[in-house]
Amino acid sequence: MKQLLVLSGKGGTGKTTVAASLIELFDVQAFADCDVDAPNLHLVVGVDGPHQLRPHHGLPKSQIDPDLCRSCDHCLPECRFEAISVVADVYTIDPFACEGCGLCQELCPADAISSVPTQTGTLALATDGKRVFSTAVLAMGQGNSGQLVWSVKKRLAEAVAEHPPSLAIIDGSPGIGCPVMSSLSGTDLLLVVAEPSVAGLSDLKRLLDVAIGMEVPVAACVNKADVNPEKTEAVQALCDSWDIPLIGRIPFDPAVPAAINAGRTLAKDPGPAGVVIREVGAAIARLLELSPAAR
Amino acid sequence: MKVAVLSGKGGVGKTLVAVNLAAAANARYVDCDVEEPNGHLFLTPTEVAAEQVTVTVPVVAAANCTGCRKCVDFCRFNALAWVDDEVMVFEEACKSCGGCAVLCPSGAITEERRVIGHVHRGVVNSVEAWGGAIRPGVVSGVPVVQQVLRDLPEDGLTVIDGPPGASCLALETARAADYCLLVAEPTRFGVHNVAMIHQLTVAVDRPCGVVINKATDANTSVEELCAELGLPVLGRIPYDQQVALASSQGEVLAWQDEAQRQVFVDILDRLGAVIGR
Repeated sequence: MKQLLVLSGKGGTGKTTVAASLIELFDVQAFADCDVDAPNLHLVVGVDGPHQLRPHHGLPKSQIDPDLCRSCDHCLPECRFEAISVVADVYTIDPFACEGCGLCQELCPADAISSVPTQTGTLALATDGKRVFSTAVLAMGQGNSGQLVWSVKKRLAEAVAEHPPSLAIIDGSPGIGCPVMSSLSGTDLLLVVAEPSVAGLSDLKRLLDVAIGMEVPVAACVNKADVNPEKTEAVQALCDSWDIPLIGRIPFDPAVPAAINAGRTLAKDPGPAGVVIREVGAAIARLLELSPAAR
Repeated sequence: MKVAVLSGKGGVGKTLVAVNLAAAANARYVDCDVEEPNGHLFLTPTEVAAEQVTVTVPVVAAANCTGCRKCVDFCRFNALAWVDDEVMVFEEACKSCGGCAVLCPSGAITEERRVIGHVHRGVVNSVEAWGGAIRPGVVSGVPVVQQVLRDLPEDGLTVIDGPPGASCLALETARAADYCLLVAEPTRFGVHNVAMIHQLTVAVDRPCGVVINKATDANTSVEELCAELGLPVLGRIPYDQQVALASSQGEVLAWQDEAQRQVFVDILDRLGAVIGR
């Protein structure tokens, strides 16, 4: 099973629009939404059928039992995360600040500090007998979303382990931090959806720096390419300098927001954006050497 | 007064709104989108004071290590492993808790500083522009965000440009602010995500309002959501091809012409009214 990952660096460049369209275009049987901060893929290419939900736990966080605490102050000065505070001799731990390192528990002479399990997100897996969709939602304000992304991909792989399809498509998150790096591992091809703007270019450079550092093969396309032709040429020049194929210049097309708002992809759209997205799909099939049946 | 500009979904115009509010008010602008910072492309100070952001990572002196593996057993982040009769350090996994150095019974572990990013400050056209960035390849930007926000003055208006999403970085940003301004796009994705980020502001107990960007005649879904959640709509920035082009070139709309500036002045006025200034 080849894995195609769709990323953008900058948010809102059209990652999910492109990923969803390719999923429909290739009739992809295994796909995942790894944008666990703000998952949107299901709004356009959901799988009917029950979602199997499973809580995802991060590192347990520390909690102080006020009945056992002797207010000795061994823990507070050693906590680098400033998670421990004391008011009127009562010590408490802020669960948002606590990273769960467990040092306070090691240092407490009264055994007053224990670990409490922390749910950092909820995994969801849906299948309609033919297609499998894996995703998750990060619990508000939680860190370590890289672990959650890893679990989303693992669950997808497990669900199709018996009859792996030729292609899986994964929609990633913006940025270059832990969820992005986690989604990049094991990827056969990264498709970057770039935006022709100063911000889009700056973000693209940072993403390519990370992806190429992890030795992931990359292809790129530009969305709304005609909004700023000069910056589109700058994206082309950047791609050329890294030896990255620029496989499509998707024009601005009012049919795109209209389709997304109606919950449709652009896979069969006759408009100019739909045409180029199908060209992008054909280029990806060549780059991944998919068999004609899978196209 | 510190106002955090957040969105859930990326690319809806957080930086556009934050930069122009700061420009229209001659306020302080602080870029906390440390993974993909873009504010410096719009607000470009000539003289910039930069400082490095570092975290600590353990260094094990093999000569003093007795092989007790207390550190390896302690580290929940799997940043330490026992390989070939030695403690091996995986710097990327380390969260800099310092526990291994504290707990090592033979004093074999010390800490050294590792650079993960930088913060910068400058002034352009009476706007103080602050921000931070992680180095590509660094996993967590939280220490960079914390360093940017650490010395934030209380005086005047500070507009904080937040990261996308609703994770730890967005949480740090929201917690540092007195008020959260949510930027929403009137699309199916935008509506879904503003509902998510609103939950984050509830979790940290911050009041919030909404600015609709790329507003068209079909904003109803966002407006309905705001009414349902009891959120004031503080502004509507109309969709405009010229605005899109100017933004894509790094221009500051509020400095371009009076009509554009007025859009953001109006948002500031309504913001002032809801926060009672």
